Amino acid sequence: MAIFLTEKSRVVVQGMTGSEGQKHTRRMIDSGTAIVGGVNPKKAGQSVDFEGTAVPVFGGVKDAMDETDADVSVLFVPPAFTKAAVVEAVDAAISLVVVITEGVPVHDSAQLFAYAQSKGTTRVIGPNCPGLISPGKSNAGIIPANITDGGRVGLVSKSGTLTYQMMYELRDFGFSTAVGIGGDPIIGTTHIDCLRAFEEDPDTDAVVMIGEIGGDAEERAADYIKDHVSKPVVGYVAGFTAPEGKTMGHAGAIVSGSSGTAQAKKEALEAVGVKVGKTPSETAQLMREILQAG
Amino acid sequence: MEYQAKELFAKHDVPVTLGTVVQEAGDAEAAAEALGGRVVVKAQVKVGGRGKAGGVKLAENPQEAVERAEAILGMDIQGHTVHRVLVAPTADIAEEYYFSFLVDRANRGFLCIASIEGGVEIEEVARTNPDAVAKVSIDPQTGVDDAKAAEIVAATRFPEEVVEEAEALVKRLWAVFVEEDASLVEVNPLVRLGDGRLEALDGKITLDENAEFRHDDHAGFEIKDQVDPLEQEAKEKGLNYVKLDGEVGIIGNGAGLVMSTLDVVAYAGEAHSGVKPANFLDIGGGASAEVMANGLHIILGDGQVRSVFVNVFGGITACDAVANGIVHALELLGEEANKPLVVRLDGNNVEEGRRILEEADHPLVSLADTMDGGADRAAELAASERS
Repeated sequence: MAIFLTEKSRVVVQGMTGSEGQKHTRRMIDSGTAIVGGVNPKKAGQSVDFEGTAVPVFGGVKDAMDETDADVSVLFVPPAFTKAAVVEAVDAAISLVVVITEGVPVHDSAQLFAYAQSKGTTRVIGPNCPGLISPGKSNAGIIPANITDGGRVGLVSKSGTLTYQMMYELRDFGFSTAVGIGGDPIIGTTHIDCLRAFEEDPDTDAVVMIGEIGGDAEERAADYIKDHVSKPVVGYVAGFTAPEGKTMGHAGAIVSGSSGTAQAKKEALEAVGVKVGKTPSETAQLMREILQAG
Repeated sequence: MEYQAKELFAKHDVPVTLGTVVQEAGDAEAAAEALGGRVVVKAQVKVGGRGKAGGVKLAENPQEAVERAEAILGMDIQGHTVHRVLVAPTADIAEEYYFSFLVDRANRGFLCIASIEGGVEIEEVARTNPDAVAKVSIDPQTGVDDAKAAEIVAATRFPEEVVEEAEALVKRLWAVFVEEDASLVEVNPLVRLGDGRLEALDGKITLDENAEFRHDDHAGFEIKDQVDPLEQEAKEKGLNYVKLDGEVGIIGNGAGLVMSTLDVVAYAGEAHSGVKPANFLDIGGGASAEVMANGLHIILGDGQVRSVFVNVFGGITACDAVANGIVHALELLGEEANKPLVVRLDGNNVEEGRRILEEADHPLVSLADTMDGGADRAAELAASERS
């Protein structure tokens, strides 16, 4: 098994006909993902050829689901249209929406998440995230599929490139699922959601959790781990050297006054028994020791 | 800043007194005269605690307003130089309250924080008298309607005689928050005047940069003289750059990896005379020669920089493209490139990337096998260049 995304997942791409959408759809197909359709109301009925694989374009998410039994949507639509695209997917009651788009206004993210919650049938991952991959099974988003194979480590991270870096560091072990949850202030799926799913997943033995400055998601994850996670968790937090009051690339990565610091997050995680590495390589080494001892 | 927040309040019919912003102390005289002589002169900077720092002063007459403005202009308040003062009429204040709407990251919605103990820092009130601070969650789908406004006003325990006006004001402030795409709207203090009316006496608004595409007027709120010139130049070139106070320039891809690179360089620096990272610079997915040249140009424009660490993990970006970007960037920069560059590449097409750099054999460029190794080498070079 894996979490959220398995070999059975059937994926549609909202925004497949745009340049980013096409590029990444091709990469998802190449890594073995069952891409069953694209969505673009203006190009319904057409199809896009990906080196011999003709992928049909549907006018809406509902049509695509009716025709293909799709259960996952990956979104590459521009920020101004992201909210409407997610609402459409939620209305179609698709199980999982992965929002890759960067630069979505925080009011839109808040509204689309509240809407998905109120309907109760759709999990949203992102926005501003690289998506998720269950190596060898399916890849929904932009995470490179050639870093490592399937394995028994779970990974949840706010950052895309740190996800890649960590998969690379632990490439000899491999991953059950790696989830990039995104670095925005409001995100659809949190560290806690992923920790819960990894705890329940029989094919995950241990979890690497990557956080960064801003907010208190890591502190809340630490609270959750204390009472609900029995599998070993290793942590890494980026941004110890970040100055107060400056946004470090991700919209949510900001230290405000004395809150949101990397130090506070590290301490909260260590207080519940999570080993926290000072660098990505040290973090990988901590996980390596756990896996070799187990 | 305060005067900008007040402009947005006024746009949404929140009662404010705008006053006049001046940048030259002499202009405070006419401004004060127009307001009847007795005024408050207030430093306009993006940080709180202006009153404590001596940045808010009463002036009894226009001449005194000039003296106050002279004293405040140029003042440093928590690292922010004062370039503007607001000349505002004095207010007959009966009571001071606190009011704010903000993004609630934990609950993935919005939150109203309000208190009838205003005029001081709300964190202080929350510490000393937590019962006096009302926190009301707001569902992003329904927002602040009549019922929610009434709930907020009741929870805050506004005095009976202002309840009706407060409910109307809460809805107007919500309009500011939603219609302007703000992540924070704060009024402190919200005051009850001697005649019973409510007024937003001071305020702060944080606008969501991601929403600029639907607010043409928001770009005008950015004040260039408050921004570091290198940061300004980077922004104009579409680069995500934050200036820090160290010697090792950093270029990387992806916000998380770059933040992590800063940390790793800072640790490595502990063994090399305490050198530190000079900046945050995320070149994102594109690593073309132009982007790389722009990035290096900005970093080398920082006189403190002694070495540069380029740390790229080729995920979608291929390492050969990054390597070509570096080679061509150095050609474009010519003599301007005068500091050693340590390059660490990993991931997609890494062998080809390393081969390109080895073949180019640029005298300033050295290759590192790992992120930790590269950080150590860059810190060592910065330390030796410094001595």
